[in-house]
Amino acid sequence: MTEKILMKGNEAVAEAAIRAGCRHYFAYPITPQSELIEYMAKKMPKVGGTFLQAESEVAAINMVLGAAACGVRTMTSSSSPGISLKQEGISYIAASRLPAVIVNVQRGGPGLGNIAPMQCDYFQATRGGGHGDYYTPVLSPSTVQEFADMAPLAFEIAERYRTPVLILADGMLGQMMEPVVFPESYPPQRDPSDWALGCHKDRKENHIINTLFIDPNLLDSKTRILFEVYEEIKKNEVRFETYNLESRPKILVASTGTAARVVKSAIDALKEQGVEMGLFRPITLWPFPYDALHQAAAGVDKVITVELNMGQMEQDVRLALNGLCPTEFVGKAGGLVFTPEELADILRKKAS
Amino acid sequence: MKIVAKRTAGLTDARLHYCPGCLHGVAHRIIGEAMEELSIIDRTIGIAPVGCAVFAYNFFSCDMIQVPHGRAPAVATGIRRARPDCVVFTYQGDGDLAAIGTAETVHAANRNENISVFFINNAVYGMTGGQMAPTTLANMKATTAPYGRDVEDTGGPMRVCELLASLEKPYFITRVSLLSPKDILKAKKAVKRALAGNMEKKGFHFVEMISTCPTNWGMEPLKARQWARESMIPVFPLGVFKDREAEEKEAAS
Repeated sequence: MTEKILMKGNEAVAEAAIRAGCRHYFAYPITPQSELIEYMAKKMPKVGGTFLQAESEVAAINMVLGAAACGVRTMTSSSSPGISLKQEGISYIAASRLPAVIVNVQRGGPGLGNIAPMQCDYFQATRGGGHGDYYTPVLSPSTVQEFADMAPLAFEIAERYRTPVLILADGMLGQMMEPVVFPESYPPQRDPSDWALGCHKDRKENHIINTLFIDPNLLDSKTRILFEVYEEIKKNEVRFETYNLESRPKILVASTGTAARVVKSAIDALKEQGVEMGLFRPITLWPFPYDALHQAAAGVDKVITVELNMGQMEQDVRLALNGLCPTEFVGKAGGLVFTPEELADILRKKAS
Repeated sequence: MKIVAKRTAGLTDARLHYCPGCLHGVAHRIIGEAMEELSIIDRTIGIAPVGCAVFAYNFFSCDMIQVPHGRAPAVATGIRRARPDCVVFTYQGDGDLAAIGTAETVHAANRNENISVFFINNAVYGMTGGQMAPTTLANMKATTAPYGRDVEDTGGPMRVCELLASLEKPYFITRVSLLSPKDILKAKKAVKRALAGNMEKKGFHFVEMISTCPTNWGMEPLKARQWARESMIPVFPLGVFKDREAEEKEAAS
């Protein structure tokens, strides 16, 4: 019988990463992800791993670049302003085709914003984030269990496609405690000996990792290879959840992460009042489940997007629907979170 | 027939792309020779910077990675912790190391990371076309200091060895030059000592090499070396600025 442990999201994802074989973690303190870096500081030395508090977010992601280039499971974590600073490194990791995991426990923004939960880094996360023509797979958890389960999943995706993978959580999921079960086994690491630094099976040639391609034709072909990988990711890795679609609702709510949790509660409350609504929750934000959402929205009167921001995923929802039905947006900025009652009220008014 | 001189196995056959009279080729060669003499080519990981030496990944015959501007010591930190049995070196210019990468340099030194940092100081940004560097001398002209560096406005030339030597932990910090055959032999000794120190996991080894940039200085190569001797060496004196091995020996005696 597997044990249930009551943990904060920040701690659960850290524990899961260690259990999944991550032994190299580099980060810089920032609220509301501090429990994550502190958990790693406590646990990594006990499992013979590397915990290093870097001098900056910029240095931390470049340490990850170095460790990833050696083919080990490596991770960093931060919160919104810190993730902005990491973007240079994420661009290089993506261009270098290296596997790495980055956790963003989002907070309020722009600027220093505040330390309350928000979903305002959606654009940054799903559109590459740094300079250049690239994407990173983005996983969006909505429970502490899911947050923890995404650590091994992120490593698996990162290694399968040799890409950085982002787990886009928020301050609510980072801070809240829920019971977590850790699986008995984790995906084994892929053999990196045909590309990683200092790692050769039988040394025929040196391993060179480089992102400079002065010849535009060469950079064009390198970029095309990257986008062929993205097509594979789009084919294989799209994830989403639906809720209460069996009631054949006339209104579909699109929401992710913490906001989607509140939407679920609001849908349950509305059901008791005789109003049926469905939820479409993208779990991968990139690749976004465009086709699945389009199919789920067939026959509904409208789709309402609920986010903890001023409307970012809403643009992907409209791309998915492509004019299929009208859309509306409900959001809050500043780190304010809807209560289920408040949201049920807003959604009911929009239904009538 | 006896071979008296040959190309080092520490460098590939790729033709160096550097300008005529540039000393990067010399710096590359002494690092390559040191790797060969220490028999560590297969266990060394080199880090190419952003700058004139960005193509160093084509030139050194070990595993190589090219990294963001200034971040080489941070990347080296990740590499050396993931591959503790490898010898890790960075090769950086003055803009890379002493401007955009100041923080990464200082903190890698402060942690005494087991890496070698080879720092080529020619007082100017080379690849981007001769802009002012942190090491540009007072009144020296650069494309972004067209009237000469005004130290009242832009600060003075940064002496990185002296700065790092104020830290407690770094193991070995030295400044050498590449301006004459005699200087080059001394520089090679320092490079070899640095890599050997990493093999013994002694920690952070920093070798600054005073170099020239004939192209951006607008000088013939020999004139550039003479100018560096007369103008740079007084500002950047050669010598050992920190040597924990010597300190420990002294303390023990």
